[in-house]
Amino acid sequence: MTAVSDPSQLSDLVAEATDTRVNLDFESEGMTLNMGPQHPATHGTLRIVAKLDGEQVISAEPICGYMHRGYEKIVEVRTYPQINALINRIDWLGSFANEVPFILAAEKLMGVEAPPRAQWIRTILFEMSRVANISLFLGDFGLQLGGMTAGFYAFRDREHVLNMIESATGGRFHPNFDRIGGLKDDLPKGWIADSHVAMDKLLAFCDEMEDLLVGNEIFQSRTRGIGVIPAEIALNYGLSGANLRASGVDWDLRRDGCPPGLVYDQADWKVWTHPDGDCFARTWVRLQETREAAKIVKQLLDTIPAGPVMAKVPRIIKVPEGEAYVATENPLGEMGYYIASKGDLVPFRVKIRSASFNNISIVPWVARGAYVPDLISILGSLYFILGDIDR
Amino acid sequence: MGLVESGRVPKPLSKLLNLSRKYSIWAYQWGLACCAIEMGAAFASPRYDVMRLGVIPFPASPRQADLVVIAGTVTDKLAPAVVRLYEQMPDPKYVISMGSCANCGGPYWDSYSVTKGVDQLIPVDVYVPGCPPRPEALLEGILLLQERIAHEDMAERWKGEPIVVN
Repeated sequence: MTAVSDPSQLSDLVAEATDTRVNLDFESEGMTLNMGPQHPATHGTLRIVAKLDGEQVISAEPICGYMHRGYEKIVEVRTYPQINALINRIDWLGSFANEVPFILAAEKLMGVEAPPRAQWIRTILFEMSRVANISLFLGDFGLQLGGMTAGFYAFRDREHVLNMIESATGGRFHPNFDRIGGLKDDLPKGWIADSHVAMDKLLAFCDEMEDLLVGNEIFQSRTRGIGVIPAEIALNYGLSGANLRASGVDWDLRRDGCPPGLVYDQADWKVWTHPDGDCFARTWVRLQETREAAKIVKQLLDTIPAGPVMAKVPRIIKVPEGEAYVATENPLGEMGYYIASKGDLVPFRVKIRSASFNNISIVPWVARGAYVPDLISILGSLYFILGDIDR
Repeated sequence: MGLVESGRVPKPLSKLLNLSRKYSIWAYQWGLACCAIEMGAAFASPRYDVMRLGVIPFPASPRQADLVVIAGTVTDKLAPAVVRLYEQMPDPKYVISMGSCANCGGPYWDSYSVTKGVDQLIPVDVYVPGCPPRPEALLEGILLLQERIAHEDMAERWKGEPIVVN
Protein backbone atom coordinates (compact mmCIF):
# COMPACT_ATOMS: atom_id res chain seq x y z
CA MET A 1 0.00 0.00 0.00
CA THR A 2 1.19 3.49 -0.73
CA ALA A 3 0.87 6.23 1.79
CA VAL A 4 -2.23 8.32 1.19
CA SER A 5 -2.22 11.85 2.53
CA ASP A 6 -5.15 13.48 0.79
CA PRO A 7 -8.55 12.52 2.29
CA SER A 8 -10.33 12.83 -1.06
CA GLN A 9 -7.83 10.52 -2.64
CA LEU A 10 -8.45 8.08 0.18
CA SER A 11 -12.21 8.12 -0.38
CA ASP A 12 -11.64 7.53 -4.10
CA LEU A 13 -9.53 4.53 -3.30
CA VAL A 14 -12.14 3.14 -0.95
CA ALA A 15 -14.86 3.57 -3.56
CA GLU A 16 -12.71 1.86 -6.15
CA ALA A 17 -12.02 -1.04 -3.85
CA THR A 18 -15.73 -1.41 -3.11
CA ASP A 19 -16.48 -1.41 -6.81
CA THR A 20 -13.93 -4.09 -7.41
CA ARG A 21 -15.38 -6.25 -4.72
CA VAL A 22 -18.90 -5.88 -6.08
CA ASN A 23 -17.70 -6.69 -9.59
CA LEU A 24 -15.91 -9.74 -8.32
CA ASP A 25 -19.15 -11.02 -6.88
CA PHE A 26 -21.05 -10.77 -10.14
CA GLU A 27 -18.45 -11.40 -12.79
CA SER A 28 -16.78 -14.69 -13.35
CA GLU A 29 -13.05 -14.72 -13.71
CA GLY A 30 -13.37 -16.05 -17.21
CA MET A 31 -11.75 -19.02 -18.80
CA THR A 32 -9.47 -19.59 -21.73
CA LEU A 33 -10.62 -22.38 -23.99
CA ASN A 34 -8.11 -23.83 -26.37
CA MET A 35 -9.72 -25.48 -29.37
CA GLY A 36 -7.37 -27.57 -31.42
CA PRO A 37 -4.89 -27.86 -32.97
CA GLN A 38 -6.48 -31.17 -33.79
CA HIS A 39 -9.97 -32.51 -33.86
CA PRO A 40 -11.15 -35.78 -35.42
CA ALA A 41 -13.82 -34.04 -37.49
CA THR A 42 -11.40 -31.72 -39.26
CA HIS A 43 -8.87 -32.25 -41.96
CA GLY A 44 -5.97 -30.03 -41.09
CA THR A 45 -4.98 -28.27 -37.96
CA LEU A 46 -6.13 -24.91 -36.72
CA ARG A 47 -6.01 -23.67 -33.19
CA ILE A 48 -8.52 -21.22 -31.77
CA VAL A 49 -7.85 -19.59 -28.42
CA ALA A 50 -11.20 -18.44 -27.08
CA LYS A 51 -11.57 -16.36 -23.95
CA LEU A 52 -14.87 -17.12 -22.32
CA ASP A 53 -17.08 -15.38 -19.82
CA GLY A 54 -19.37 -18.15 -18.71
CA GLU A 55 -20.80 -19.52 -21.90
CA GLN A 56 -20.07 -16.42 -23.95
CA VAL A 57 -17.02 -15.82 -26.08
CA ILE A 58 -15.23 -12.56 -25.29
CA SER A 59 -12.53 -13.01 -27.88
CA ALA A 60 -11.49 -15.75 -30.22
CA GLU A 61 -8.15 -15.70 -31.92
CA PRO A 62 -7.26 -18.14 -34.68
CA ILE A 63 -3.64 -19.29 -34.61
CA CYS A 64 -2.54 -20.33 -38.06
CA GLY A 65 0.66 -21.86 -39.30
CA TYR A 66 0.28 -25.49 -38.31
CA MET A 67 -0.06 -26.41 -41.96
CA HIS A 68 2.45 -23.94 -43.35
CA ARG A 69 4.49 -25.79 -45.93
CA GLY A 70 6.36 -22.85 -47.38
CA TYR A 71 4.76 -22.83 -50.81
CA GLU A 72 5.86 -19.39 -51.88
CA LYS A 73 9.48 -20.24 -51.15
CA ILE A 74 9.40 -23.74 -52.64
CA VAL A 75 7.99 -22.57 -55.97
CA GLU A 76 11.04 -20.38 -56.47
CA VAL A 77 13.09 -23.52 -57.09
CA ARG A 78 10.52 -25.46 -59.11
CA THR A 79 9.90 -25.30 -62.85
CA TYR A 80 6.43 -24.37 -64.04
CA PRO A 81 5.21 -27.96 -64.70
CA GLN A 82 6.55 -28.95 -61.27
CA ILE A 83 4.69 -26.09 -59.62
CA ASN A 84 1.54 -27.23 -61.36
CA ALA A 85 1.85 -30.60 -59.65
CA LEU A 86 2.56 -28.96 -56.30
CA ILE A 87 -0.24 -26.40 -56.15
CA ASN A 88 -2.90 -29.08 -56.41
CA ARG A 89 -2.33 -29.53 -52.72
CA ILE A 90 -3.20 -26.00 -51.58
CA ASP A 91 -6.96 -26.45 -51.47
CA TRP A 92 -7.04 -30.21 -51.52
CA LEU A 93 -10.76 -30.62 -51.97
CA GLY A 94 -10.98 -28.71 -55.22
CA SER A 95 -7.58 -29.61 -56.62
CA PHE A 96 -8.16 -28.87 -60.26
CA ALA A 97 -9.44 -25.40 -59.45
CA ASN A 98 -6.04 -24.53 -57.97
CA GLU A 99 -4.21 -25.25 -61.18
CA VAL A 100 -6.34 -23.12 -63.46
CA PRO A 101 -5.46 -19.58 -62.28
CA PHE A 102 -1.77 -20.40 -62.18
CA ILE A 103 -1.80 -21.86 -65.67
CA LEU A 104 -3.85 -18.92 -66.94
CA ALA A 105 -1.37 -16.46 -65.45
CA ALA A 106 1.55 -18.29 -67.05
CA GLU A 107 -0.30 -18.41 -70.37
CA LYS A 108 -0.95 -14.70 -70.11
CA LEU A 109 2.76 -14.05 -69.72
CA MET A 110 3.68 -16.37 -72.58
CA GLY A 111 0.97 -15.06 -74.88
CA VAL A 112 -0.44 -18.55 -75.45
CA GLU A 113 -4.11 -19.35 -75.62
CA ALA A 114 -5.56 -22.81 -75.13
CA PRO A 115 -7.74 -24.22 -77.97
CA PRO A 116 -11.51 -23.97 -77.47
CA ARG A 117 -11.93 -27.65 -76.63
CA ALA A 118 -9.35 -27.35 -73.86
CA GLN A 119 -11.13 -24.26 -72.51
CA TRP A 120 -14.40 -26.16 -72.39
CA ILE A 121 -12.93 -29.17 -70.64
CA ARG A 122 -11.10 -26.91 -68.21
CA THR A 123 -14.31 -25.20 -67.24
CA ILE A 124 -16.10 -28.53 -66.87
CA LEU A 125 -13.41 -29.96 -64.61
CA PHE A 126 -13.27 -26.69 -62.68
CA GLU A 127 -16.96 -26.91 -61.90
CA MET A 128 -16.69 -30.62 -61.13
CA SER A 129 -14.05 -29.90 -58.53
CA ARG A 130 -16.38 -27.27 -57.10
CA VAL A 131 -19.09 -29.89 -56.79
CA ALA A 132 -16.65 -32.33 -55.16
CA ASN A 133 -15.51 -29.63 -52.75
CA ILE A 134 -18.82 -28.18 -51.64
CA SER A 135 -20.64 -31.51 -51.43
CA LEU A 136 -18.14 -32.49 -48.76
CA PHE A 137 -18.78 -29.18 -47.00
CA LEU A 138 -22.48 -29.99 -46.77
CA GLY A 139 -21.74 -33.36 -45.20
CA ASP A 140 -18.98 -32.08 -42.96
CA PHE A 141 -21.02 -29.19 -41.64
CA GLY A 142 -23.81 -31.58 -40.78
CA LEU A 143 -21.26 -33.76 -39.02
CA GLN A 144 -19.99 -30.82 -36.99
CA LEU A 145 -23.50 -29.94 -35.88
CA GLY A 146 -24.15 -33.51 -34.81
CA GLY A 147 -25.87 -34.99 -37.84
CA MET A 148 -23.62 -37.85 -38.88
CA THR A 149 -25.92 -39.09 -41.63
CA ALA A 150 -25.12 -36.10 -43.79
CA GLY A 151 -21.43 -36.95 -43.62
CA PHE A 152 -21.98 -40.50 -44.81
CA TYR A 153 -24.20 -39.38 -47.65
CA ALA A 154 -21.70 -36.76 -48.75
CA PHE A 155 -18.86 -39.27 -48.86
CA ARG A 156 -21.07 -41.67 -50.79
CA ASP A 157 -22.19 -39.26 -53.48
CA ARG A 158 -18.90 -37.44 -53.77
CA GLU A 159 -17.40 -40.63 -55.17
CA HIS A 160 -19.47 -40.20 -58.35
CA VAL A 161 -17.69 -36.94 -59.16
CA LEU A 162 -14.30 -38.27 -58.12
CA ASN A 163 -14.80 -41.23 -60.45
CA MET A 164 -15.41 -38.91 -63.36
CA ILE A 165 -12.41 -36.75 -62.53
CA GLU A 166 -10.30 -39.87 -62.19
CA SER A 167 -11.38 -41.39 -65.48
CA ALA A 168 -10.62 -38.15 -67.32
CA THR A 169 -7.39 -37.15 -65.61
CA GLY A 170 -6.00 -40.29 -64.00
CA GLY A 171 -5.87 -38.65 -60.60
CA ARG A 172 -8.68 -39.27 -58.19
CA PHE A 173 -7.63 -36.49 -55.93
CA HIS A 174 -4.86 -34.43 -57.42
CA PRO A 175 -5.40 -34.43 -61.20
CA ASN A 176 -2.36 -32.42 -62.35
CA PHE A 177 -4.08 -32.32 -65.72
CA ASP A 178 -3.62 -28.73 -66.79
CA ARG A 179 -0.72 -27.75 -68.98
CA ILE A 180 0.44 -24.40 -70.21
CA GLY A 181 -1.31 -24.18 -73.56
CA GLY A 182 -4.01 -26.74 -72.97
CA LEU A 183 -4.55 -30.09 -71.31
CA LYS A 184 -2.55 -33.26 -70.95
CA ASP A 185 -5.01 -35.51 -72.74
CA ASP A 186 -8.35 -35.57 -74.47
CA LEU A 187 -11.41 -37.00 -72.79
CA PRO A 188 -11.83 -40.78 -72.74
CA LYS A 189 -14.57 -42.49 -74.72
CA GLY A 190 -18.01 -42.38 -73.17
CA TRP A 191 -17.00 -39.82 -70.57
CA ILE A 192 -19.61 -37.25 -71.53
CA ALA A 193 -22.54 -39.64 -71.12
CA ASP A 194 -21.17 -40.90 -67.81
CA SER A 195 -20.70 -37.36 -66.56
CA HIS A 196 -24.33 -36.56 -67.30
CA VAL A 197 -25.34 -39.51 -65.12
CA ALA A 198 -22.96 -38.45 -62.34
CA MET A 199 -24.25 -34.88 -62.37
CA ASP A 200 -27.84 -36.12 -62.19
CA LYS A 201 -26.87 -38.10 -59.12
CA LEU A 202 -25.30 -35.01 -57.58
CA LEU A 203 -28.41 -32.95 -58.29
CA ALA A 204 -30.41 -35.63 -56.49
CA PHE A 205 -27.89 -35.41 -53.65
CA CYS A 206 -28.50 -31.68 -53.40
CA ASP A 207 -32.23 -32.27 -53.14
CA GLU A 208 -31.61 -34.86 -50.46
CA MET A 209 -29.40 -32.46 -48.52
CA GLU A 210 -32.00 -29.75 -48.80
CA ASP A 211 -34.55 -32.03 -47.17
CA LEU A 212 -32.23 -33.70 -44.72
CA LEU A 213 -30.03 -30.87 -43.55
CA VAL A 214 -31.10 -27.40 -44.61
CA GLY A 215 -34.76 -28.13 -44.03
CA ASN A 216 -34.11 -29.69 -40.66
CA GLU A 217 -35.55 -27.76 -37.72
CA ILE A 218 -32.62 -28.48 -35.41
CA PHE A 219 -30.18 -27.43 -38.08
CA GLN A 220 -32.05 -24.19 -38.66
CA SER A 221 -32.24 -23.34 -34.98
CA ARG A 222 -28.50 -23.81 -34.71
CA THR A 223 -27.67 -21.68 -37.73
CA ARG A 224 -30.35 -19.03 -38.24
CA GLY A 225 -29.39 -15.64 -36.86
CA ILE A 226 -26.03 -16.88 -35.67
CA GLY A 227 -22.74 -15.42 -36.81
CA VAL A 228 -24.29 -12.57 -38.77
CA ILE A 229 -21.83 -10.73 -41.01
CA PRO A 230 -23.16 -7.50 -42.54
CA ALA A 231 -22.21 -6.72 -46.12
CA GLU A 232 -19.85 -3.83 -45.38
CA ILE A 233 -17.97 -5.77 -42.70
CA ALA A 234 -17.62 -8.68 -45.11
CA LEU A 235 -16.20 -6.36 -47.75
CA ASN A 236 -13.85 -4.70 -45.27
CA TYR A 237 -12.38 -8.02 -44.20
CA GLY A 238 -11.88 -9.09 -47.79
CA LEU A 239 -14.20 -12.06 -47.74
CA SER A 240 -14.90 -13.68 -51.05
CA GLY A 241 -16.87 -16.53 -52.48
CA ALA A 242 -20.01 -17.84 -50.88
CA ASN A 243 -19.23 -16.12 -47.57
CA LEU A 244 -19.53 -12.77 -49.32
CA ARG A 245 -22.57 -13.69 -51.38
CA ALA A 246 -24.34 -14.91 -48.26
CA SER A 247 -24.04 -11.36 -46.92
CA GLY A 248 -25.98 -10.06 -49.88
CA VAL A 249 -23.07 -8.83 -52.03
CA ASP A 250 -23.71 -9.91 -55.60
CA TRP A 251 -20.13 -10.54 -56.72
CA ASP A 252 -18.83 -13.58 -58.48
CA LEU A 253 -15.57 -13.67 -60.39
CA ARG A 254 -17.00 -16.21 -62.79
CA ARG A 255 -19.41 -13.56 -64.02
CA ASP A 256 -17.67 -10.28 -63.10
CA GLY A 257 -14.14 -10.49 -64.35
CA CYS A 258 -13.79 -14.02 -65.59
CA PRO A 259 -10.27 -14.34 -67.06
CA PRO A 260 -10.04 -15.36 -70.73
CA GLY A 261 -9.66 -19.11 -71.01
CA LEU A 262 -12.78 -20.12 -69.11
CA VAL A 263 -16.11 -20.29 -70.90
CA TYR A 264 -18.69 -19.42 -68.27
CA ASP A 265 -20.44 -17.10 -70.71
CA GLN A 266 -21.41 -20.12 -72.80
CA ALA A 267 -23.72 -21.50 -70.12
CA ASP A 268 -26.91 -20.16 -68.64
CA TRP A 269 -26.55 -19.91 -64.89
CA LYS A 270 -27.25 -17.69 -61.93
CA VAL A 271 -25.31 -16.18 -59.04
CA TRP A 272 -27.15 -16.86 -55.81
CA THR A 273 -27.11 -14.42 -52.93
CA HIS A 274 -28.82 -14.36 -49.58
CA PRO A 275 -29.59 -11.20 -47.60
CA ASP A 276 -29.18 -12.61 -44.07
CA GLY A 277 -25.44 -13.15 -43.72
CA ASP A 278 -25.80 -15.78 -41.01
CA CYS A 279 -24.58 -19.37 -40.87
CA PHE A 280 -27.75 -20.61 -42.52
CA ALA A 281 -27.35 -18.21 -45.44
CA ARG A 282 -23.80 -19.39 -46.05
CA THR A 283 -24.90 -23.02 -46.14
CA TRP A 284 -27.85 -22.24 -48.35
CA VAL A 285 -25.80 -20.26 -50.86
CA ARG A 286 -23.30 -23.10 -51.09
CA LEU A 287 -26.06 -25.61 -51.65
CA GLN A 288 -27.44 -23.54 -54.51
CA GLU A 289 -23.94 -23.13 -55.91
CA THR A 290 -23.45 -26.86 -56.04
CA ARG A 291 -26.65 -27.13 -58.04
CA GLU A 292 -25.60 -24.35 -60.38
CA ALA A 293 -22.19 -25.94 -60.88
CA ALA A 294 -23.79 -29.25 -61.80
CA LYS A 295 -26.05 -27.44 -64.23
CA ILE A 296 -23.11 -25.58 -65.80
CA VAL A 297 -21.32 -28.89 -66.28
CA LYS A 298 -24.37 -30.45 -67.90
CA GLN A 299 -24.80 -27.55 -70.31
CA LEU A 300 -21.14 -27.40 -71.28
CA LEU A 301 -20.97 -31.16 -71.80
CA ASP A 302 -23.46 -30.82 -74.63
CA THR A 303 -21.59 -28.06 -76.41
CA ILE A 304 -17.93 -29.20 -76.30
CA PRO A 305 -16.36 -28.21 -79.63
CA ALA A 306 -14.14 -30.60 -81.55
CA GLY A 307 -10.47 -29.95 -82.11
CA PRO A 308 -7.11 -30.31 -80.43
CA VAL A 309 -6.63 -29.90 -76.67
CA MET A 310 -3.10 -28.51 -76.80
CA ALA A 311 -1.74 -25.38 -78.41
CA LYS A 312 1.78 -25.15 -79.79
CA VAL A 313 4.15 -24.50 -76.91
CA PRO A 314 7.89 -25.11 -76.68
CA ARG A 315 8.99 -28.33 -75.07
CA ILE A 316 10.99 -26.60 -72.38
CA ILE A 317 8.83 -23.92 -70.87
CA LYS A 318 10.47 -20.59 -70.21
CA VAL A 319 8.09 -17.84 -69.25
CA PRO A 320 9.17 -14.43 -70.61
CA GLU A 321 9.99 -11.58 -68.29
CA GLY A 322 7.01 -9.81 -66.82
CA GLU A 323 4.36 -9.90 -64.15
CA ALA A 324 0.81 -11.15 -64.26
CA TYR A 325 -2.03 -11.68 -61.82
CA VAL A 326 -4.95 -13.94 -62.60
CA ALA A 327 -7.70 -14.77 -60.13
CA THR A 328 -10.62 -17.11 -60.50
CA GLU A 329 -13.65 -17.92 -58.40
CA ASN A 330 -12.56 -21.08 -56.65
CA PRO A 331 -14.90 -23.16 -54.49
CA LEU A 332 -13.75 -21.20 -51.44
CA GLY A 333 -13.58 -17.76 -52.99
CA GLU A 334 -11.13 -15.66 -54.94
CA MET A 335 -7.89 -17.45 -55.57
CA GLY A 336 -5.16 -15.75 -57.52
CA TYR A 337 -1.53 -16.13 -58.44
CA TYR A 338 0.78 -13.18 -58.99
CA ILE A 339 3.69 -14.44 -61.02
CA ALA A 340 6.83 -12.37 -61.36
CA SER A 341 9.07 -13.93 -63.98
CA LYS A 342 12.58 -13.04 -65.08
CA GLY A 343 12.52 -15.18 -68.18
CA ASP A 344 13.87 -18.22 -66.39
CA LEU A 345 12.87 -21.84 -66.05
CA VAL A 346 11.56 -21.02 -62.59
CA PRO A 347 9.47 -18.05 -61.51
CA PHE A 348 11.23 -15.30 -59.62
CA ARG A 349 8.41 -14.97 -57.14
CA VAL A 350 4.84 -16.23 -56.88
CA LYS A 351 2.38 -14.61 -54.53
CA ILE A 352 -0.57 -16.85 -53.78
CA ARG A 353 -3.80 -15.17 -52.80
CA SER A 354 -5.92 -17.89 -51.29
CA ALA A 355 -9.48 -17.38 -50.19
CA SER A 356 -9.48 -19.09 -46.81
CA PHE A 357 -6.79 -16.86 -45.33
CA ASN A 358 -8.99 -13.82 -45.77
CA ASN A 359 -12.13 -15.70 -44.86
CA ILE A 360 -10.73 -16.75 -41.51
CA SER A 361 -9.58 -13.23 -40.66
CA ILE A 362 -13.16 -12.37 -39.73
CA VAL A 363 -13.33 -15.02 -36.98
CA PRO A 364 -12.35 -12.63 -34.12
CA TRP A 365 -14.99 -10.14 -35.26
CA VAL A 366 -17.83 -12.58 -35.76
CA ALA A 367 -17.12 -14.80 -32.75
CA ARG A 368 -17.23 -11.98 -30.23
CA GLY A 369 -20.34 -12.35 -28.12
CA ALA A 370 -21.27 -15.73 -29.56
CA TYR A 371 -21.91 -18.74 -27.37
CA VAL A 372 -19.54 -21.68 -27.35
CA PRO A 373 -21.77 -24.10 -29.32
CA ASP A 374 -22.37 -21.35 -31.86
CA LEU A 375 -18.64 -21.03 -32.37
CA ILE A 376 -18.77 -24.44 -34.06
CA SER A 377 -21.55 -23.27 -36.36
CA ILE A 378 -19.61 -20.15 -37.24
CA LEU A 379 -16.33 -21.91 -37.91
CA GLY A 380 -18.03 -24.67 -39.86
CA SER A 381 -20.07 -22.35 -42.01
CA LEU A 382 -17.16 -20.02 -42.84
CA TYR A 383 -15.68 -23.11 -44.49
CA PHE A 384 -11.96 -22.79 -44.71
CA ILE A 385 -9.49 -25.43 -45.75
CA LEU A 386 -6.39 -25.41 -43.65
CA GLY A 387 -3.98 -25.92 -46.50
CA ASP A 388 -5.59 -22.93 -48.15
CA ILE A 389 -5.01 -20.76 -45.07
CA ASP A 390 -1.40 -21.56 -44.39
CA ARG A 391 -0.15 -22.73 -47.78
CA MET B 1 -0.84 -57.51 -17.45
CA GLY B 2 2.60 -58.25 -16.11
CA LEU B 3 2.35 -61.76 -17.50
CA VAL B 4 1.57 -60.52 -20.98
CA GLU B 5 4.41 -58.05 -21.08
CA SER B 6 6.97 -60.56 -19.94
CA GLY B 7 5.77 -63.01 -22.60
CA ARG B 8 4.95 -65.78 -20.15
CA VAL B 9 1.39 -66.27 -21.38
CA PRO B 10 0.35 -69.80 -22.40
CA LYS B 11 0.23 -70.02 -26.17
CA PRO B 12 -3.52 -70.65 -26.65
CA LEU B 13 -4.27 -67.74 -24.39
CA SER B 14 -1.97 -65.35 -26.23
CA LYS B 15 -3.50 -66.48 -29.52
CA LEU B 16 -6.94 -65.65 -28.18
CA LEU B 17 -5.68 -62.31 -26.91
CA ASN B 18 -4.16 -61.48 -30.29
CA LEU B 19 -7.29 -62.50 -32.14
CA SER B 20 -9.44 -60.21 -30.08
CA ARG B 21 -6.94 -57.37 -30.35
CA LYS B 22 -6.76 -57.81 -34.10
CA TYR B 23 -10.49 -57.33 -34.65
CA SER B 24 -11.09 -54.53 -32.19
CA ILE B 25 -8.64 -51.84 -33.22
CA TRP B 26 -9.78 -48.40 -32.18
CA ALA B 27 -8.22 -46.09 -34.73
CA TYR B 28 -7.67 -42.44 -33.95
CA GLN B 29 -7.82 -40.19 -36.99
CA TRP B 30 -5.05 -37.64 -37.00
CA GLY B 31 -5.95 -35.96 -40.25
CA LEU B 32 -3.49 -33.26 -41.19
CA ALA B 33 -3.83 -32.59 -44.90
CA CYS B 34 -5.09 -34.04 -48.16
CA CYS B 35 -4.68 -37.60 -46.89
CA ALA B 36 -7.28 -36.87 -44.23
CA ILE B 37 -9.96 -36.79 -46.91
CA GLU B 38 -8.89 -40.16 -48.29
CA MET B 39 -8.71 -41.47 -44.74
CA GLY B 40 -12.22 -40.12 -44.22
CA ALA B 41 -13.30 -41.85 -47.41
CA ALA B 42 -11.83 -45.11 -46.12
CA PHE B 43 -13.20 -44.74 -42.61
CA ALA B 44 -16.54 -43.02 -43.03
CA SER B 45 -17.75 -43.68 -46.54
CA PRO B 46 -20.09 -46.54 -47.34
CA ARG B 47 -17.98 -47.47 -50.35
CA TYR B 48 -14.88 -48.49 -48.40
CA ASP B 49 -16.31 -49.03 -44.91
CA VAL B 50 -13.47 -49.89 -42.60
CA MET B 51 -15.72 -51.27 -39.89
CA ARG B 52 -16.12 -54.56 -41.75
CA LEU B 53 -12.43 -55.15 -41.00
CA GLY B 54 -12.96 -54.77 -37.28
CA VAL B 55 -11.62 -51.23 -36.99
CA ILE B 56 -13.63 -48.69 -35.07
CA PRO B 57 -12.64 -45.22 -36.25
CA PHE B 58 -14.40 -43.07 -33.66
CA PRO B 59 -12.52 -42.87 -30.38
CA ALA B 60 -13.16 -39.54 -28.72
CA SER B 61 -9.61 -39.13 -27.53
CA PRO B 62 -6.17 -40.65 -28.10
CA ARG B 63 -6.41 -42.13 -24.61
CA GLN B 64 -8.95 -44.63 -25.94
CA ALA B 65 -7.08 -45.51 -29.11
CA ASP B 66 -4.94 -48.49 -30.14
CA LEU B 67 -3.97 -47.20 -33.54
CA VAL B 68 -3.24 -43.74 -34.83
CA VAL B 69 -3.20 -42.92 -38.52
CA ILE B 70 -0.92 -39.96 -39.17
CA ALA B 71 -2.45 -38.75 -42.42
CA GLY B 72 -0.76 -35.76 -43.93
CA THR B 73 2.01 -33.24 -43.66
CA VAL B 74 3.64 -32.93 -40.26
CA THR B 75 5.16 -29.50 -39.86
CA ASP B 76 7.76 -28.50 -37.31
CA LYS B 77 5.18 -26.37 -35.53
CA LEU B 78 2.92 -29.37 -35.15
CA ALA B 79 5.61 -31.87 -34.17
CA PRO B 80 5.27 -31.40 -30.38
CA ALA B 81 1.55 -32.09 -30.66
CA VAL B 82 2.21 -35.33 -32.54
CA VAL B 83 4.61 -36.54 -29.87
CA ARG B 84 2.21 -35.57 -27.13
CA LEU B 85 -0.63 -37.42 -28.80
CA TYR B 86 1.48 -40.54 -29.11
CA GLU B 87 2.47 -40.38 -25.46
CA GLN B 88 -1.17 -40.14 -24.43
CA MET B 89 -2.06 -43.41 -26.08
CA PRO B 90 -2.04 -46.53 -23.90
CA ASP B 91 0.18 -49.48 -24.77
CA PRO B 92 0.07 -51.57 -26.93
CA LYS B 93 -0.13 -48.87 -29.60
CA TYR B 94 0.42 -48.85 -33.33
CA VAL B 95 1.13 -46.09 -35.83
CA ILE B 96 0.29 -45.99 -39.52
CA SER B 97 2.07 -43.29 -41.47
CA MET B 98 -0.16 -42.46 -44.40
CA GLY B 99 1.05 -40.58 -47.45
CA SER B 100 4.38 -39.39 -48.72
CA CYS B 101 4.48 -36.32 -46.47
CA ALA B 102 4.24 -38.35 -43.29
CA ASN B 103 6.62 -40.98 -44.66
CA CYS B 104 9.45 -38.75 -45.77
CA GLY B 105 8.33 -35.19 -46.48
CA GLY B 106 6.94 -36.01 -49.91
CA PRO B 107 6.63 -33.09 -52.32
CA TYR B 108 7.86 -30.76 -49.58
CA TRP B 109 11.19 -32.51 -49.28
CA ASP B 110 13.05 -29.19 -49.47
CA SER B 111 10.64 -27.05 -47.48
CA TYR B 112 11.90 -25.15 -44.48
CA SER B 113 8.89 -25.86 -42.31
CA VAL B 114 7.99 -29.50 -42.94
CA THR B 115 9.22 -32.38 -40.80
CA LYS B 116 10.75 -34.89 -43.19
CA GLY B 117 8.99 -37.98 -41.99
CA VAL B 118 7.00 -38.62 -38.86
CA ASP B 119 9.31 -41.51 -37.98
CA GLN B 120 11.75 -38.91 -36.73
CA LEU B 121 9.28 -38.29 -33.93
CA ILE B 122 7.49 -41.55 -33.15
CA PRO B 123 8.01 -45.21 -34.13
CA VAL B 124 5.97 -46.19 -37.19
CA ASP B 125 4.57 -49.69 -37.84
CA VAL B 126 3.15 -49.36 -41.34
CA TYR B 127 4.12 -46.97 -44.11
CA VAL B 128 1.46 -46.37 -46.77
CA PRO B 129 2.97 -44.56 -49.77
CA GLY B 130 1.09 -42.35 -52.21
CA CYS B 131 0.18 -38.72 -52.60
CA PRO B 132 -2.44 -39.23 -51.37
CA PRO B 133 -2.81 -43.03 -51.16
CA ARG B 134 -6.11 -44.40 -52.34
CA PRO B 135 -8.44 -45.59 -49.59
CA GLU B 136 -7.76 -49.16 -50.70
CA ALA B 137 -4.08 -48.67 -49.92
CA LEU B 138 -4.90 -47.59 -46.38
CA LEU B 139 -7.16 -50.61 -45.98
CA GLU B 140 -4.33 -52.86 -47.10
CA GLY B 141 -2.06 -51.22 -44.57
CA ILE B 142 -4.60 -51.97 -41.86
CA LEU B 143 -4.90 -55.59 -43.02
CA LEU B 144 -1.12 -56.01 -42.88
CA LEU B 145 -1.09 -54.51 -39.42
CA GLN B 146 -3.79 -56.94 -38.32
CA GLU B 147 -1.67 -59.76 -39.72
CA ARG B 148 1.22 -58.60 -37.60
CA ILE B 149 -0.94 -58.30 -34.48
CA ALA B 150 -2.26 -61.84 -35.02
CA HIS B 151 1.22 -63.34 -34.86
CA GLU B 152 2.61 -60.99 -32.30
CA ASP B 153 4.59 -62.14 -29.36
CA MET B 154 4.15 -59.46 -26.75
CA ALA B 155 7.65 -59.90 -25.40
CA GLU B 156 9.15 -59.42 -28.87
CA ARG B 157 6.94 -56.47 -29.73
CA TRP B 158 9.45 -53.83 -30.61
CA LYS B 159 11.88 -56.00 -32.52
CA GLY B 160 9.91 -56.17 -35.80
CA GLU B 161 10.79 -54.21 -38.91
CA PRO B 162 8.19 -51.70 -40.14
CA ILE B 163 5.84 -52.78 -42.93
CA VAL B 164 5.83 -50.95 -46.25
CA VAL B 165 2.72 -51.34 -48.39
CA ASN B 166 3.73 -52.05 -51.98
